[in-house]
Amino acid sequence: MQANQPVLEVKNLQVEVEQAALIQNISFEIQAGEIFALVGESGSGKSLTSLAIMRLLPEALQVTDGHILLNQQDLFSLPEHQMQKVRGKQVAMIFQEPMTSLNPVMKVGDQVAEVLRVHLHLSPKKARSRVVELFEEVGIPEADSRYDWYPHQLSGGQKQRVMIAMALACEPDLLIADEPTTALDVTIQAQVLQLLKQIRDARGLSILFITHDMGVVNEMADRVAVMKQGEIVEQAEKAHFFDSPQHPYTRKLLADAVPKRDYRTLKESRTLLQVSNLKVHFPIKKGLFQRTVGYVKAVDGVTLNIRKGQTLALVGESGSGKSTIGQAILKLVNATDGSVEFHDEQLPETDLTQLSERQMKPFRKKVQVIFQDPFSALNPRMTICEIIREGMNSLQVGPKGREAQNQRITQLLEQVGLLAEHKHRYPHEFSGGQRQRIGIARALAVEPQLIICDEPTSALDVSVRAQVLALLDDLQKEYQMSYLFITHDLSIIPAIAHHVAVMQRGKIVEQGEVEEVMGNPQHEYTQQLLNSAPKLVRDAL
Amino acid sequence: MTVSLLWTDMMIWGLILALLAWGRLIGRSAQVRKQWLQVFESKVAMVAALVLLIYVLIALLDSVHFAQNSQASQSFLDALFSHLAHSAERTYSAPFATVEYNRSMQILPNGEVAQLYLPLVHVDAGASVLNHSLLALGLGALIGMLLIAVHLWWRSRQHALDFKVYAGKVWRNQTRLPWRTAYIALLVIVLFFSWLYVLSFSYHVLGTDKVGGDVLYESLKSIRTGVLIGVLTTLVMLPVSLILGISAGLFKGWVDDVIQYLYTTLNSIPGVLLIAAAVLVMQVIMNNNPDWFSTTEERADVRLLFLILILGMTSWTGLCRLLRAETLKISQIEFVAAARAFGVSRFKIIGRHIMPNVMHIVLIAVVLDFSGLVLAEAVLSYVGVGVDPTMHSWGNMINQARLEMAREPMVWWSLFSAFFFMFILVLAANLFSDRVQQVLDPRGHK
Repeated sequence: MQANQPVLEVKNLQVEVEQAALIQNISFEIQAGEIFALVGESGSGKSLTSLAIMRLLPEALQVTDGHILLNQQDLFSLPEHQMQKVRGKQVAMIFQEPMTSLNPVMKVGDQVAEVLRVHLHLSPKKARSRVVELFEEVGIPEADSRYDWYPHQLSGGQKQRVMIAMALACEPDLLIADEPTTALDVTIQAQVLQLLKQIRDARGLSILFITHDMGVVNEMADRVAVMKQGEIVEQAEKAHFFDSPQHPYTRKLLADAVPKRDYRTLKESRTLLQVSNLKVHFPIKKGLFQRTVGYVKAVDGVTLNIRKGQTLALVGESGSGKSTIGQAILKLVNATDGSVEFHDEQLPETDLTQLSERQMKPFRKKVQVIFQDPFSALNPRMTICEIIREGMNSLQVGPKGREAQNQRITQLLEQVGLLAEHKHRYPHEFSGGQRQRIGIARALAVEPQLIICDEPTSALDVSVRAQVLALLDDLQKEYQMSYLFITHDLSIIPAIAHHVAVMQRGKIVEQGEVEEVMGNPQHEYTQQLLNSAPKLVRDAL
Repeated sequence: MTVSLLWTDMMIWGLILALLAWGRLIGRSAQVRKQWLQVFESKVAMVAALVLLIYVLIALLDSVHFAQNSQASQSFLDALFSHLAHSAERTYSAPFATVEYNRSMQILPNGEVAQLYLPLVHVDAGASVLNHSLLALGLGALIGMLLIAVHLWWRSRQHALDFKVYAGKVWRNQTRLPWRTAYIALLVIVLFFSWLYVLSFSYHVLGTDKVGGDVLYESLKSIRTGVLIGVLTTLVMLPVSLILGISAGLFKGWVDDVIQYLYTTLNSIPGVLLIAAAVLVMQVIMNNNPDWFSTTEERADVRLLFLILILGMTSWTGLCRLLRAETLKISQIEFVAAARAFGVSRFKIIGRHIMPNVMHIVLIAVVLDFSGLVLAEAVLSYVGVGVDPTMHSWGNMINQARLEMAREPMVWWSLFSAFFFMFILVLAANLFSDRVQQVLDPRGHK
């Protein structure tokens, strides 16, 4: 192979479904040892492009134009049985979700060994020793004994390492990584990205890296292409790309991805909600009589202070117990110990954890919640009108008559940037960002003083994320609302929070004003979190 | 003449009224209407629904009993087919036969003894099958056309279109629902039934059974039994599985444990055994208290009701298990958490958030179970623990015919008729449920 010949060459690719083009005019080249990033928001056609390269498109879709050359060989002219040899051997793929890409009833080692046996015809014994080598290469500790583990025994990051080992097994020329770190925590993401880079350097592998995250692109890519609505709008070298983006869409993407460094000005404010020494322990039950054999300490002695009209950001990785705190404040789970005191001028000071469901009702209109997944947060069988009305009826807030309520709902919808005629539609007719707005309108309907935002933007694209955050900000200014903002995304914290608390394994390890914590982290874990954030984000913080 | 409704009559009419009310209620939702229109967009579903409708109509005709001057009570269907009800022969005769199927010993006027095929009493041997068929088909075509015209007129009024314009659209199959297919199917069904009906005046169209009863009449009377068992058992089973399944999934803890133990236990007892035991117990009770019932008909009806109850008691477990799993899933979804954050009570959460989201499962299970139950009746009657032997049912017909299978030449028509009527019903129910499943199951969509 000559040095200047690209490993992969995509020329003028076009994919259609029933005459409607999903992607068109896609052309790019990947050189040996190069990491090529394909960036775009959901639905822009980046995954479709990768599936077209593997010739794994769903049946309804058809390639109507273009060529894909892998090492000068036209993939579309190959018969299927030769294509099978190309997959795995010359091109390998890793996916977003490590939980579902591995077969849960097969040992992880055997799953990798299978690839070796099929493609390279190795004997079982040789395959095993090769797998152990691969496991060591991708950084799985005690590789020899992990060979016999099942996927559920491994953590998310380790599963992704197994997937990478499987992809590398036949020493492919090209690795397609489709959002390989999106489902992982920041610290694990940093490790996996590091690993991919190491492997590229060691093997001279080419990587087609598909992502929506500009931070990751900045970390990884040599060259970048931006996709929008099925077309590549800009393609450039990395340095050039980040220094002087040409296309307005690229500029917007970059602007939304880089955190703004305008820290909130702190005003004196009274405490609205005081969480003291909160503990939530879930019993682990075993045996015939369901004896309690131990506890999962999801939240273990947390003290927080949320001030009127301000935002407290609660940061932590998955499983750190941050969502459980939100649920305990709302009494969706019962607290084991500690208190949650709500301070209000009209109501006596009360510990929410001690209240019965009936006594809790007056407080339910004070504290509301917005959820992470806009698709499951709304009942698919109810119209938007019914969804928003439910809280008003249940908690006796707002106008009583049906007509007056409808007016109020129209007003709420307009407030969150939707239209009055959306009232009688069903949730499935809306996009993710619109649904999140509906969720906000539903919470607003009962005029709360505190909204618990449980990762409200993590399922959204960056540009939509910026809009939703701006909406929350406007509402805070208008109504002096307080937010408990639960997130794992460090990049949005400066834009939204006044205070921040960092959580690890059920405990708060550090809390304080945003500028203080982000600028000068004291605790080791906070430092680690910040260091794991992509450079683009880290530099801006 | 006074109307005298049996227990099962009242239940089936009550159910029909409830279904109509429910249909009106959910018909208010635009989404539901759209889904049901989608169901009927399939030609197969349209024809299957039409067939089911005809069966239900026959069952309903047979479910209005009235007593006339101290005679045994009669239904509308009996009145329509009274010429068959009172035209019993001596024994077997083949379809369209004019003589009995077996030879009988006969003493001739000259004193000799001979084996002869005796002529049938209630057959008009002189009637020409061809002439009567033509007459029947003409009549059927007339009735069918009339029905179609009325329906067309109604639809064109709904669409505010001229009758001719609308008829043209239907003819070219340009309507949203496949009305052309439905009209053709309706015409075929009407022609078939009018042919059977007209010829039944002159012949035993489907032959006679061992005691000379007309098989066509028996088969038609069996429709009520089959439909009743299919529909009413669901009525018994549905509340049990809904309440228990959703409570188990939502309340978890000890409620879940108790319900799970209950259905696991019930499931591990062989169903036929349980039903047989229950039916035998009931039979003993009935025999000990003969004064409870004034007529054999009432007695048979109560036995049918009891069979429905016991079938319902043994068949709720499957749906209950499905509902429990689905409720477990749905109760973890965030919109339920949102409702709880609004202080919505548990019962409202069930009614507003969980029930509507499990309804597709219920509907699919109900339509699928229907055909299973019709078949179960046949099996149980065959085993001898089904409906009362005096009651007309496909199971009893098959049970009687079973002994004749070994005869040479074979008596095939009882079995054939029971099989044919049951097969069409079960096939239509299955095809229809397929379509319902396809449209309502959210996982079916891409």
